[in-house]
Amino acid sequence: MSMSLLGIVFGISFFVVTQAQTSGFEVFFIRTILGTNGAIRVSDKFQDMDGTVSKVSYNGSESFLFRSRENARYIEGIEYPQLVREALREFPEVSGISEIIEGSAILDSGARKHTVQIHGLRIKDHIMVSELQNQLIQGSIDMLDTDRSGVLLGSSLAERLRLSQGDRVSLIGGTENQQLRVAGIFETGVSQIDKTRIYLDLSTARSFIGKPFGGSIFQVSIQAPEKAPELAAQMQETLGHRVVGWQEREKVWLEVFKALRLSSAITVSSILLLSGLGMFNVFAIMVIEKNRDIAILRSIGFTPRDVSAVFLWQGAIVLLGGIILGSLSGFLATYGISKIPLRIRGIFSTDSFVVNWDPSHYIWAIAIATVFVSVASWIPARRAAKIEPAKIIRESL
Amino acid sequence: MTKESLNTNDILIRAEQLKHAFIEGESKVQALRGVSFEAKGSEVTAIVGQSGCGKSTLLYLLGLLDRPESGEIHLKGRPMAKATDEERTALRNESIGFVFQFHFLIKELTARENVALPLRKSGVGERQALEQADELLNRLDLGEKAKRYANKLSGGEQQRVAIARALANSPSLLLADEPTGNLDSANSDNVFELLMKFAREKDIAILLVTHNPELAERCDHCIPMRDGLIV
Repeated sequence: MSMSLLGIVFGISFFVVTQAQTSGFEVFFIRTILGTNGAIRVSDKFQDMDGTVSKVSYNGSESFLFRSRENARYIEGIEYPQLVREALREFPEVSGISEIIEGSAILDSGARKHTVQIHGLRIKDHIMVSELQNQLIQGSIDMLDTDRSGVLLGSSLAERLRLSQGDRVSLIGGTENQQLRVAGIFETGVSQIDKTRIYLDLSTARSFIGKPFGGSIFQVSIQAPEKAPELAAQMQETLGHRVVGWQEREKVWLEVFKALRLSSAITVSSILLLSGLGMFNVFAIMVIEKNRDIAILRSIGFTPRDVSAVFLWQGAIVLLGGIILGSLSGFLATYGISKIPLRIRGIFSTDSFVVNWDPSHYIWAIAIATVFVSVASWIPARRAAKIEPAKIIRESL
Repeated sequence: MTKESLNTNDILIRAEQLKHAFIEGESKVQALRGVSFEAKGSEVTAIVGQSGCGKSTLLYLLGLLDRPESGEIHLKGRPMAKATDEERTALRNESIGFVFQFHFLIKELTARENVALPLRKSGVGERQALEQADELLNRLDLGEKAKRYANKLSGGEQQRVAIARALANSPSLLLADEPTGNLDSANSDNVFELLMKFAREKDIAILLVTHNPELAERCDHCIPMRDGLIV
């Protein structure tokens, strides 16, 4: 029985630890991408001769309407940003809107050149929809706000071009070369972004790209990011623009995390399953070995339910011990693992194991252990309850 | 009918045309072929006969451990055929005590814990049950060994503990299946005298299966059996 207890302790503990790790990395990834690219992105407009974004009044209340469209093509970017912004503000869940103009160029530091992805934006709007302020490792947001020739560079890009705050750079490839000054350096942890992205003032970027109007996208933050898919669908229906939530945008990575989490849960659950099987064996043998004692108990007035209870209580005690010790060791192991140094750069950036402290991991581990132990106790308990005392006593003589 | 309302002339248990068979291996053994008798409180009745004549089977039916194929058992005037399993189990605890040839004590428990088991089942608190168990064991001269584990006692002592357990709930009926069969003559006498004493003192009907003709002669009544019938 002590081996079964040990198995349950290990099973619960491993379950908690592996779930804390896998979901920790997943949560960290989500936080990173939400902090960088926002919860919702509004981009290209559907081509529709009849359908445009229009404000309608009905019974004194105003709303925005766009007609349904099948097989519609898209027109790049947002043509009427002010109108779309107003429409987005009508959604109570929206907590921030940032207009972004995107383009590409070559950044020349004088010594080296590198292709970059331009993100032109109004910095005060953008910090409402991203974690840019917290991602800055050099410089300040205010500098970009006050200096229209300021540029924020990704950390890897700055490292490659050997640039730091205050350095001068040239942006090449637009309508004309643009002279800029490094206002700050940010690090999102997403290597592709840190390698190529730069942030400019919206008007500076429009001037460089040669799009004084339209062609932009909106990055939108919402109060409950988990509701992004439903809200994005509503927005798309209302605006007539392509609206994508972060779950759809990062679907591939999210499915990878989900698969990892599920596979680790299945693998670790097998420890609990084996413990349950071990316990079942112990109880099954106990029923055979103790059938005479069971018959005696029945002869002196113990009911089948009393006999079952003996086994179910034993199972419950082992389960309770396993839950307490397993949860405690899982908690301690998770804490210990969170302190192990681990350098990851790629889809996010971390220097130690990322763990997620979520009570649901404990609840799931306890639920799985409870199911296995219950079955492992219940079947032998039922068999014990069915023992016919007269038959056993007759055979014992 | 409560135990208090019975007097020594009352019939405690009555069997009517009991028939019973059980499966042993692949064959069906017709253990009882129509047994009728009755027993009263304060009386010790011996059931004698060769091995396989149906003595033990009769005892298990009377002890409500098994149901007869046909026939009826009246315990304290109440027919048992229609009693539910729960009622029969409760009656076993309240009104019937068993003593088996091989004592059948639970070896993981001490003597007093074994004796306290029926009391605990009937709802007596642990402390009180153990006190009552100690009292009974004292009466059976086992007071000093009350806290010994069952398997650390001699055969005679174990059988006396089994008697104490059977008497713990002050039953109306005590069924003893060769209680002295595994004991030497001194211990046999001792156990038999105890049973006789308790039958008289506590107004208990005792049915005693035995192979020992001397013991059978000392009983109030003797029921000889052969091939599943009373002869």
